[in-house]
Amino acid sequence: MCLGIPGQLKRWLDTDPLFARAEVEFAGIRREIYMACVPDAVVGEYVIVHAGIAIGIVDEVEAIKTLNDLSTELSSEMDREIQS
Amino acid sequence: MKYLDEYRDAELVKRLTDQIRQASTQRWVLMDVCGGQTHSLVRNGIEQSLLDTVELIHGPGCPVCVTPVTVIDFAITLSMRPNTIVASFGDMLRVPGSFSSLLDARSKGGQVRIVYSPVDALRIARQLPEKNIVFLAVGFETTAPSTALAVLQASQQGLKNFTVIPAHVRVQPAMELLAQSADNRVQGFLAAGHVCVVNGFASYEKFVHDFKVPVVVTGFEPVDLLEGILECIACLEVKEPKVVNRYGRSVTREGNKAAQELIERVYQTSDRTWRGFGVIPRGGLSLLPEWDKFDAYHVFPTSVPLVAQERSECRGADVMSGKIKPKDCPAFGNRCTPEEPLGAPMVSSEGACAAYYRFDPIRISVNE
Repeated sequence: MCLGIPGQLKRWLDTDPLFARAEVEFAGIRREIYMACVPDAVVGEYVIVHAGIAIGIVDEVEAIKTLNDLSTELSSEMDREIQS
Repeated sequence: MKYLDEYRDAELVKRLTDQIRQASTQRWVLMDVCGGQTHSLVRNGIEQSLLDTVELIHGPGCPVCVTPVTVIDFAITLSMRPNTIVASFGDMLRVPGSFSSLLDARSKGGQVRIVYSPVDALRIARQLPEKNIVFLAVGFETTAPSTALAVLQASQQGLKNFTVIPAHVRVQPAMELLAQSADNRVQGFLAAGHVCVVNGFASYEKFVHDFKVPVVVTGFEPVDLLEGILECIACLEVKEPKVVNRYGRSVTREGNKAAQELIERVYQTSDRTWRGFGVIPRGGLSLLPEWDKFDAYHVFPTSVPLVAQERSECRGADVMSGKIKPKDCPAFGNRCTPEEPLGAPMVSSEGACAAYYRFDPIRISVNE
């Protein structure tokens, strides 16, 4: 029910507060998505889409940070294992 | 897909699983309150791989599962009404009402259409001005902005043939009910990530203060879920209940203000019956009185069923409150299957029973 899929904002189609729409791409497929909840989203950003509307913007810095933290932890642990 | 695939990395999953095992000095009991997380936990084998370390209870995180029988009966009655079409998310179609489901109603001539978005229901209303289009508005706060948007768009366009059955539920009041129940076993909560995209997580600060349990905002991919579990266990091990956001790429403390404003323009908080749980104070969203003309209960009062009949054999509420596991239910897999469900948790794509039925076949055969 609360499935949310990240898709990349490709093109704004309408910026009306209520009828705002944009083209959003999911794994190569473009869909028209209602954007009333993410009026500040910028082309190139990823938005989370649920039930035909974007409900949030993915924070790229946070996304990279999480993965980097985990990968760094992983590689340093692997280094330790290799050395020991 | 970006922001999904990297959170499914097998090496990270293995490492996090090991870390969780190492961090735990006892078997902790955690609850997720999101059907999407329930399915991901079972489908990806996370629950199974951590069986000795964590007991995962799949709480009332499936809005379809807690939608009262009366709402389904109302939708069925409306679907049989002349010139009326009920539009619904696909999840709701097999859910049993008192005597039948929307799918049964459709096979008997009822007008039921599956839509992906409430805005699609609005499109049908524009295309078929001679028909009444009723959208069955179920879902948590994640979904409420989309139905609020549909109502506002319908109003602006002057549509007179579009209404909604307002059946949205709010997740935190249900968590409060569980946390304060006398037989509560939950020691930590994984907060539903996409509800928090809309709501933020500031409101959990009081929850943690009141109930002294950690709440970790968690995403949906295997790495996200394991991170959430690890953080929750870390809090429990040092006896420091707090709110932690482990879905930072999508969730902020304050949430999405524009989405919250949409909800507030259209809905008000109200007490709501949850199937199997009874009335939960402030547990739902109702349309504000100014939107009465879009409220199916106001527009079609004579179609509202007076009595509903709960099927007693479904133990969905016991599953969702952690009293039993889906396979402990005597009906599981024999008298209750996704094709012929006794209750919603077996049929909703997010129900806990459906997750076990689909993704845990080995233990199903044992049960049989």
